[in-house]
Amino acid sequence: MSTTAILLLAILGLGFLITFQIAKASEYVGVLKGEKKSFEQSNRVNAFLMVVFLVLGLIGIYWCHELFYKKTLLPFPSASDHGEKIDSMMFITIAITGVVFFITQILLFWFAYKYQHSDKRKALFYPHNTNWEILWTTVPAIALCVLVGFGLYYWYQITGNAPEKALQVEVTGKQFGWIYRYPGKDNVYGKKYYKNIDESNNNELGILWDDQYSHDDIVTTEALYLVKGQPVKINIFSRDVIHDVGLPHFRMKMDAVPGTPTTMWFTPQYTTEEMRKITGNNNFEYEIACDQMCGNGHYSMRGVVKVVTQSEFILWRARQKARYLMVFPDRDPTNQKAVDTTKTGTAPPPPVAAKR
Amino acid sequence: MSNEATHGHPEVVTTHEAHHDEHHVHHHKETFITKYVFSQDHKMIARQFLITGMAWAIIGGLMSVLFRLQLGYPDQSFPFLEDILGRWAKDGKITAESYYALVTMHGTVLVFFVLTGGLSGTFANFLIPLQIGARDMASPFLNMLSYWFFFIASVIMFSSLFVQTGPFSGGWTAYPPLSALGEASPGSKVGMDLWITSMALFVVSSLLGGLNYIATILNMRTKGMSMTRMPLTIWALFFTAVLGVLSFPVLLSGFILLLFDRHAGTSFYLDSIYIGSAALPNEGGSAILYQHLFWFLGHPEVYIIILPAMGIVSEVMSVNARKPIFGYMAMVGSLFAIAILAFLVWAHHMFVTGMNPFLGSVFVLLTLLIAIPSAIKVFNWLTTIWRGNIRFTPGMMFSLGFVSLFISGGLTGIFLGNSALDIALHDTYFVIAHFHIVMGVAGFFGMFAGIYHWFPKMFGRFLNNTMAYIHFWVTLIGSYLIFWPMHYEGLAGMPRRYLDYTNWLSFNQFDGLNKFISTVAMVVFAVQLMFIFNFFYSIFKGRRVTVKNPWGSSTLEWTTPIVAGHGNWPGEIPEVHRWAYDYSKDGREYISQTEPVTPDEKPH
Repeated sequence: MSTTAILLLAILGLGFLITFQIAKASEYVGVLKGEKKSFEQSNRVNAFLMVVFLVLGLIGIYWCHELFYKKTLLPFPSASDHGEKIDSMMFITIAITGVVFFITQILLFWFAYKYQHSDKRKALFYPHNTNWEILWTTVPAIALCVLVGFGLYYWYQITGNAPEKALQVEVTGKQFGWIYRYPGKDNVYGKKYYKNIDESNNNELGILWDDQYSHDDIVTTEALYLVKGQPVKINIFSRDVIHDVGLPHFRMKMDAVPGTPTTMWFTPQYTTEEMRKITGNNNFEYEIACDQMCGNGHYSMRGVVKVVTQSEFILWRARQKARYLMVFPDRDPTNQKAVDTTKTGTAPPPPVAAKR
Repeated sequence: MSNEATHGHPEVVTTHEAHHDEHHVHHHKETFITKYVFSQDHKMIARQFLITGMAWAIIGGLMSVLFRLQLGYPDQSFPFLEDILGRWAKDGKITAESYYALVTMHGTVLVFFVLTGGLSGTFANFLIPLQIGARDMASPFLNMLSYWFFFIASVIMFSSLFVQTGPFSGGWTAYPPLSALGEASPGSKVGMDLWITSMALFVVSSLLGGLNYIATILNMRTKGMSMTRMPLTIWALFFTAVLGVLSFPVLLSGFILLLFDRHAGTSFYLDSIYIGSAALPNEGGSAILYQHLFWFLGHPEVYIIILPAMGIVSEVMSVNARKPIFGYMAMVGSLFAIAILAFLVWAHHMFVTGMNPFLGSVFVLLTLLIAIPSAIKVFNWLTTIWRGNIRFTPGMMFSLGFVSLFISGGLTGIFLGNSALDIALHDTYFVIAHFHIVMGVAGFFGMFAGIYHWFPKMFGRFLNNTMAYIHFWVTLIGSYLIFWPMHYEGLAGMPRRYLDYTNWLSFNQFDGLNKFISTVAMVVFAVQLMFIFNFFYSIFKGRRVTVKNPWGSSTLEWTTPIVAGHGNWPGEIPEVHRWAYDYSKDGREYISQTEPVTPDEKPH
């Protein structure tokens, strides 16, 4: 053990010892002074501390807010349209619960102080009052109706069907990273089957290459590219354990469950570049955080979202090579000069593929 | 009761009873083993639960201090950690493996072994027979078994800390496939088998205890103790036991299916998994099924924790405000409503698992309904202290602290129960802040209130007040300092269960705050150790209790001798003539439940 650890333990031990001695001494003093007198004294001190706690607590809440509010997501606009709804829901909830919080906490500590023991006071025998009880059943019930009403209104908008024109993208989680797939020009994903997964042959999703639709699918681990202003429908999968596609800036989140596909959709509002200006942070990136405990590398399961303009997206997509052509470079038209031309035009022979 | 029915003459009954008792003692000479180890006395079993729970609380709390060191000081190394944890903290830095093991065990231990076993186990055992006027539980033997199952479960859980591949490390909720597949995480190998075994035994312990509590409360109340004359502690413990008996079996079934998936090649929870460079044969299962089974207990579980705390707080608060609890029937009704709703809200933990949005909306509605009985309770507590004459005993202070924490943590539940907001807040630090305040710390405050209040009854001595006041203030202030700022981390989207945030652009702005939280956590933990010291010191050296009823309380446990033997009352069991809350009635400090109602007394 290092000397600092021993020193710390010694200080701790000494602190204990001193506290203990004081505690013991005060018990003796209490006996000497008489039980009643020492009770009255400690009662007064504790009643006073109750109100001190209330006042310092309220100041502390204000101070905490000053320090940390600017570090949350709330001072900046939400990166998605759904996020805006969630934010307004958040502010409604903060307002209602905030009022209740301050009223009840102030009453609690104020009553504790005000009705501290006194020989002069007699407690009031007040076992029940139906009117009061009806009041504080109905008022919370009405407040909750408001919250449920707003909540469900937004919930259905957020979880409703994605618009037809939505950009399609597939996100697959694995320990510990994200794989993105775009359906390519045909806008249809090629079929996949998990027993086909073959990392060494560039097929980390288990795509069935004999499915024609798979031939233009783009698979990448670089970043999730989204288009500003265009709704995006994300189909979410997991290869191994449960993960969660957490998009804090978009206020969105959805689990990735092995065997059970899930989806979410939203419309990005600001490109990464715009968000850099809004936040005043030149290194800003939208991040994907895994939000479901998925193993020892959970904390490192990071992805990046790049929100770009429509034209930038088209450019980016044009530069991506379809995964099929990476697996079968001989079928890549740009490589055709080097290989035998007789093969072009014929359907590719299926590679070893398990059928469903 | 039956004795009184058969003997008409009061004098005859007394002598008979006294004789009977002598006889009783003569025949069962208590040895050390039967008195302290395999005791069937509910009061001793309660103390066993309490002390085992306290041992677990120290272990679970220490775990949180260790992983808070990592969270607060991710860039530093602490060589002494290697002395304690060995290869789990190579070069004084907590590894990912040990971090997740610590987080998982911290959750499991505190939720189940401390706040369920330690809290319900202690106070249900201790208070039920004493407050309803029974000599012991319906089945003292099953009661003893309940403790020993808890003990074996504890031993197995503790032993899992020492296996080669480490204890289970996939979070206390143990979601498959992570918990089902050894390839997914080293903790999911033999550590998980031990975890399941231990939890299964824990469920057995809970069921044995719970059935006993229900049977005792329903059948063994003394003469005159109608259900509506019972103290609120008993009502709360009753509903707690009902919740446990109805929901723990579902958890067990979930664990058994998990065990099959792990070892028998079934596919209840497994489908389409490629892991460790191989595709598994399992197809057709649903990982979400486990979550339904788990949360069908998991949600009632939080009420299993908080209801006893609510009951204890109601009782302690009424005694020390010298006022009847306000709205007794409303308090019982709200406990009942919470117990019913507890079964109907489990899926609010699963809003982002891809469940049907309509189903989600049903759970939103039912979840937010819980706020209504909760609000009733809070306002009734506030009215209870209004115009009272408050004695700030340590038990009373912890009760007031409980109400404050319950308000703070309860209100954030309204955020999380609303599915639209949950999308943003799910699995962030906001959730950590919420449930630690409302279930963790508030549960502990209820437990502390109970310990300080009934310690004189348990051990015939008082705890030291000065240490108690330091304990209260540091814990209350510390808890708020730890958990209040975490809401802001949650509002920044900071996810739970991360070893290190430094590589994240979105979450690394809180390094100063994380250090602060870790420091406060250590201070609060140190003060808990002081409480533990106070506890054991006072058992032997505390100020002696000199009167039967030191708090001036109207309930039955204070009519027993200062140190009550097995059987609780040396003579006849007292008869009850009134409810438990006649404080400051007709100008009297308190009127014991055993006192007959006089004709000129005002009805309440």
